[in-house]
Amino acid sequence: MSRHAKINTLLLALVAALAVIPLVFGLGDHKEEPFTGADAEAETAITEIDPDYEPWFSPLYEPPSGEIESALFALQAALGAGVLAYYFGVRRGRRQGEARALARLTAGAGTGMDTGDSGGPVGEAPAVTAGAGSGGVAGTPADTGTGTADGGGADSRPRG
Amino acid sequence: MHIAEGFLPPAHAVAWGVASAPFVVHGARSLIRDVREHPESTLLLGASGAFTFVLSALKLPSVTGSCSHPTGTGLGAILFRPPVMAVLGTITLLFQALLLAHGGLTTLGANVFSMAVVGPWAGYGTYRLLRRYDVPLMVAVFFGAFVADLSTYCVTSVQLALAFPDPGSGFPGALGKFGSVFAVTQIPLAVSEGLLTVLVMRMLVQSSKGELTRLGVLVASAAGRRAANPAETADSAEAVTR
Repeated sequence: MSRHAKINTLLLALVAALAVIPLVFGLGDHKEEPFTGADAEAETAITEIDPDYEPWFSPLYEPPSGEIESALFALQAALGAGVLAYYFGVRRGRRQGEARALARLTAGAGTGMDTGDSGGPVGEAPAVTAGAGSGGVAGTPADTGTGTADGGGADSRPRG
Repeated sequence: MHIAEGFLPPAHAVAWGVASAPFVVHGARSLIRDVREHPESTLLLGASGAFTFVLSALKLPSVTGSCSHPTGTGLGAILFRPPVMAVLGTITLLFQALLLAHGGLTTLGANVFSMAVVGPWAGYGTYRLLRRYDVPLMVAVFFGAFVADLSTYCVTSVQLALAFPDPGSGFPGALGKFGSVFAVTQIPLAVSEGLLTVLVMRMLVQSSKGELTRLGVLVASAAGRRAANPAETADSAEAVTR
């Protein structure tokens, strides 16, 4: 696993830990109904402050059951995750295609057909590109952007 | 977790709607301009909106023993500036108000103001401030997303406290009450949002250097940085000249 992948996995693990800790340590045990939504708690707080308050409008559509509601929330998450995954898939495919085209060009393009390297240099794609394509910019393969940040310019946004 | 349908008195609901509307209109204009000038960034715009969609659907348990969800607006604000997020955040809130009975149409103005206006601006401001003092990119991204998330729920608490001041202790008392419900619950979730935003930004740095350079998140200085992705060198060079 590359250093990049390790750090990403660590980030995900931290998020998972933050979500699990309240459950494991039973931080909701002091409540009648543990882990309800904060919005429901706010509604309770409102009725405490102003017992006479009546919501003057109700939702046009309300999911008929908790199951339907969770299905719709899952749909929302799936839509978002799908688009995100599509984005990163497109970018990755584009980079691999470029790397392959360049590799073919620099290989002399003598053999004509590019046989059987599909799904090939996944991890190395950027490195191949840097080495083969940019002729003269040596020693960049490692620089595939592990998030150590560009050094600097404070006012970096070029738009007005 | 947004203010539920019907839970703001009509006068407040209207006032927050009026306050939010100009931001959304201005945001829609700048979104259309962005897409027209840079059609290639449409995909990344969609991805930023998608990030908000995912994170708004993730109801997570918190240390207070209740659940809430992140907002996901920090990423888009850092990438495309806050006005664009006023639109993307509003779309997310509308989806939840219409299909999930989460938030609401009468409280849409107030919820847009907290999640799609104040959150993105506060997060973006934090990010820019930290970058000005040469704080590393990912640290600035983390705090930008953290502040965008947390400030959203601080505003929600203020909105509710304004509408429902405590009969005894008044506005401050109510603010403390709603703050303990919303803002405190949100702290660990804001950390999660910061971490997830850093994760996505790291993936973007790896996959979309040219795009990030054009947006000013990365600086096209080192030749090697550009050479790592020659296809996007044109973009980067363009960004330098501008």
